[in-house]
Amino acid sequence: MDFAPSFALVLPELVLTGTGLVLLLLAAWGGDKTARQIAIAAAAALFVAGSLIVPGLHTGGNGPATLAFGGLLKVDSFALFAKALIYLAAIGALMIAPAFFAGPAAGTERGMRAEYPVLVLFATVGMSIMVSANDFMSLYLGLELNSLSAYVLAAILRRDTRSGEAGLKYFVLGALASGILLYGMSLLYGFTGGTSFAAVRAVLTGEMGTGALFGVIFVLSGLAFKISAVPFHMWTPDVYEGAPTPVTAFFATAPKVAAVGLTARVVFEVFGGQVAAWQQIVMFMALASIVFGALGAIGQENLKRLLAYSSINNIGFILLGLAVANAEGASAMLVYLFIYVAMSLGCFVALLMLRDEEGALYETFADIRGLSVTRPAIAWALLLFMFSLAGIPPLLGFYAKFVIFQATIEAGLVAFGAIAIAASVIGAFYYIKFVKVMFFDEPTGVVTGRSETGHWVLLFLTAAIISPLGYLLTPSLTDLAGKAAASLFIAV
Amino acid sequence: MEGLPILSLMMLVPLAGALACLVSGANAARWIALGATLVTFVLGIVLWANYDIGGPQWQFPEEANLFAGFKYSLAIDGIALMLIMLSVFLMPICILASWDSVTKRVGEYMAAFLFMEVLMIGTFAAQDLFLFYVFFEAGLIPMYLIIGVWGGDNRIYASYKFFLYTLLGSVLMLIAMFWMVAKADTSDIPTLMEYPFPAEAQTWLWLAFFASFAVKVPMWPLHTWLPDAHVQAPTAGSVILAGVLLKLGGYGFIRFSLPMFPEASAQFAWLVFALSMIAVVYTSLVALVQADMKKLIAYSSVAHMAIVTVGLFAFNVQGLEGAMIVMLSHGLVSGALFLCVGVIYDRLHTREIARYGGLAINMPYYALFFLLFTMASIGLPGTSGFVGEFLALAGIYQTSSLVALVSTTGIILGAAYMLYLYRRVAFGGQTHADAAAMPDISAREWIMMAPIAAAVLWMGVYPESFLAPMRKDIATLDARLAAAAPASDARPATGTPRPEAANALHHDNSEHTAAGEGAH
Repeated sequence: MDFAPSFALVLPELVLTGTGLVLLLLAAWGGDKTARQIAIAAAAALFVAGSLIVPGLHTGGNGPATLAFGGLLKVDSFALFAKALIYLAAIGALMIAPAFFAGPAAGTERGMRAEYPVLVLFATVGMSIMVSANDFMSLYLGLELNSLSAYVLAAILRRDTRSGEAGLKYFVLGALASGILLYGMSLLYGFTGGTSFAAVRAVLTGEMGTGALFGVIFVLSGLAFKISAVPFHMWTPDVYEGAPTPVTAFFATAPKVAAVGLTARVVFEVFGGQVAAWQQIVMFMALASIVFGALGAIGQENLKRLLAYSSINNIGFILLGLAVANAEGASAMLVYLFIYVAMSLGCFVALLMLRDEEGALYETFADIRGLSVTRPAIAWALLLFMFSLAGIPPLLGFYAKFVIFQATIEAGLVAFGAIAIAASVIGAFYYIKFVKVMFFDEPTGVVTGRSETGHWVLLFLTAAIISPLGYLLTPSLTDLAGKAAASLFIAV
Repeated sequence: MEGLPILSLMMLVPLAGALACLVSGANAARWIALGATLVTFVLGIVLWANYDIGGPQWQFPEEANLFAGFKYSLAIDGIALMLIMLSVFLMPICILASWDSVTKRVGEYMAAFLFMEVLMIGTFAAQDLFLFYVFFEAGLIPMYLIIGVWGGDNRIYASYKFFLYTLLGSVLMLIAMFWMVAKADTSDIPTLMEYPFPAEAQTWLWLAFFASFAVKVPMWPLHTWLPDAHVQAPTAGSVILAGVLLKLGGYGFIRFSLPMFPEASAQFAWLVFALSMIAVVYTSLVALVQADMKKLIAYSSVAHMAIVTVGLFAFNVQGLEGAMIVMLSHGLVSGALFLCVGVIYDRLHTREIARYGGLAINMPYYALFFLLFTMASIGLPGTSGFVGEFLALAGIYQTSSLVALVSTTGIILGAAYMLYLYRRVAFGGQTHADAAAMPDISAREWIMMAPIAAAVLWMGVYPESFLAPMRKDIATLDARLAAAAPASDARPATGTPRPEAANALHHDNSEHTAAGEGAH
């Protein structure tokens, strides 16, 4: 068997894996002093891997030429689109980390541990495999590589009890989810006799037996856990709050993209012949996530917890695109993902910039009172992100909801869309509370510390994408997302 | 003029001004804002001067494919022209009104107003359904900030209420827009205005649009955000809210609900009439007992806007023209009344009516302007209020004499609450020493009041200037509505005409005439 074409297809993953291994050695020899250099090298590797996929992203690819290793992986436009987003989000997570770990927020262990960038790299490799998986085996492989790196990342502040608690919770519940997923996969294997997506799909036609249906439901439940959709969302606020903020920023972006991409691939490519079986499940999860995410956020005082609920709410909208079950819906979902990554990253960067003289972080509503007077630039950026998350035009968050709801209505799901959009107004309540606290309340002036250049760059970049200027990106974004979505619907 | 993208330019100037204000100091921001709004106003005059009355329906078209999903496409007809003129006319006045009274975060305040101006012009000029929605909805952000940051004591509650009420109304409209665009396969507003949507779908679409516009107008019982928002907003915020933002609802009805869903509009005309009749009587009575001047004027706004909705759904030319003139007139007059309140609020820092009295003695010029605007609000002939209300009521009288009867009580009640307000503020003895010591209006306040007074009188004496650009568009709309118009309750029975006049004398045949008279 000739592996050369397969290796060429997974070149970005090879670059990341190789760099990750080398950096791991360097970290072991050099210790934490070299952490910053390692982070820069890791970001460079991600950038190289990202630039390797640019040509494929533009030409768009699908069909047998994109299959690698005998059909274990499928590097089509969809996988490339998701990978591009994942790499960008990972670079963001690396950029914001050093300043955080250098400050007192990191507890007694000042300074970034050299393992952090390496773990981010390995998690990214895992996510790359997830989105290009074409077989339940490679799916699970990628998922676990990502999850195991993520558990360690959540607990990377070893002496911080919150971080440790977050890591443990994430691990226990993540392991449970993996178990559910594995059980579903084993059921599907038992009833269809194959693990490759094409083989399972070929058997899952016509009337589906109860056993196979259980398999579908278990697989979807396991995936719902990973994307933190209601009713499998309860770990999210605790993990988001406890994990160090750069790690939270990473969790809220890259793994979400990977898990959503994986879910989309599974429902369209594996269960594509059984739309009726999963569409109701996804519809329920979408509506429940929108409503519970919004309601849960209302009472929160901690900003990270609030953003956790906000991400559950956003996952609801993303699943709305999935529930539409056609190429337009999938394309809308990808556009939403892109905008969601920019918004989330921006929010977390802004949170990281709220610090006092010593550099300690602030993360409750009481701390950001009157921020618009003390730190106007951060406050205005946060205002843009909040209105954007609420979906108010002319910010780009509106465009994300716009494409999702357009796809929903065009597919004829009018009542479903109307309920979902009415529920989105509940979400607006806590986003505008954010603005109220920053702009209407009297300043307490606790936020005084200076911020790193890297933070400013990322904040302005994400804010510029979210601002009305971002609409100029929409034609090319729609084009790429359309190509990516189309490749999901081409049976190989 | 050919090729100059004047509509974009009118939006670009305040936008540039807004960005400049954000980064400049307090005094510079004031001058930048004034300069930008004045330039925009001049551009507005150029726009009106170049508007070809009787020419093509949509003028000054601009189009660019900048975004995916919808187009950047602008053009105006006479209706939009008039409302744009109203916006750009009020804007410099708003900036002047906030000149001294706003002292904190001036740059951001001025920027918020300039953003509002951009969005208002965009809303009226948008030719793409989704572009319209973007501009329509984006106004929430600056208005939320204006109320919340620079408002009164209870500003937070008012800002939340304003934001969530309007948002909930609008998102339902967005769903309807998606359905329409999917059905008609275009988001071009002029095309959609002629598209025959099936009658049963129109019902739902109409209701979804109604949810948004009824909140914006606002119609009873969705009006409760308005008094709160008005009372808590700074003076200039109230002027913009009453002057232009409420008109977005009326504009929505005339641009979307009526032409796009004529059958549903006819079907729901009685719903609109019922809500409007309640609004006219109820909010007028509520206005009568207010102790807060701004609240009183806010409730009177609801009553006046009810006359607008009655006129719009009269389904005839008089009603539509009247509704448009009431909108323009109310924009000027209620804006001016809020300015009048602002003038004395700046001096005494209270809006309580009982704290004033006898202002005609120490502030004669102020009393004069206040009187003029009070009279215009009542609808005294010679002022703009009369023209609009007369036309609107004449229009509705052709459709329903009952609605006309009830709506007309609004004018009587309007006279009651406005004159009662005026008496308590301007007449009577000077019971409070601090109110009696207030100086008369300054040169800046003269500059604010005089142009509005002139416009009010102009519109009252020679409304043709304002009606002429809209005439053809309203005729087009009326033609579109004619088929669906609800039956009128005035059924004049056509009798057989007499062969000759009843009192005709017949000199040559006197005995026949005598017999005829005897027969009765």
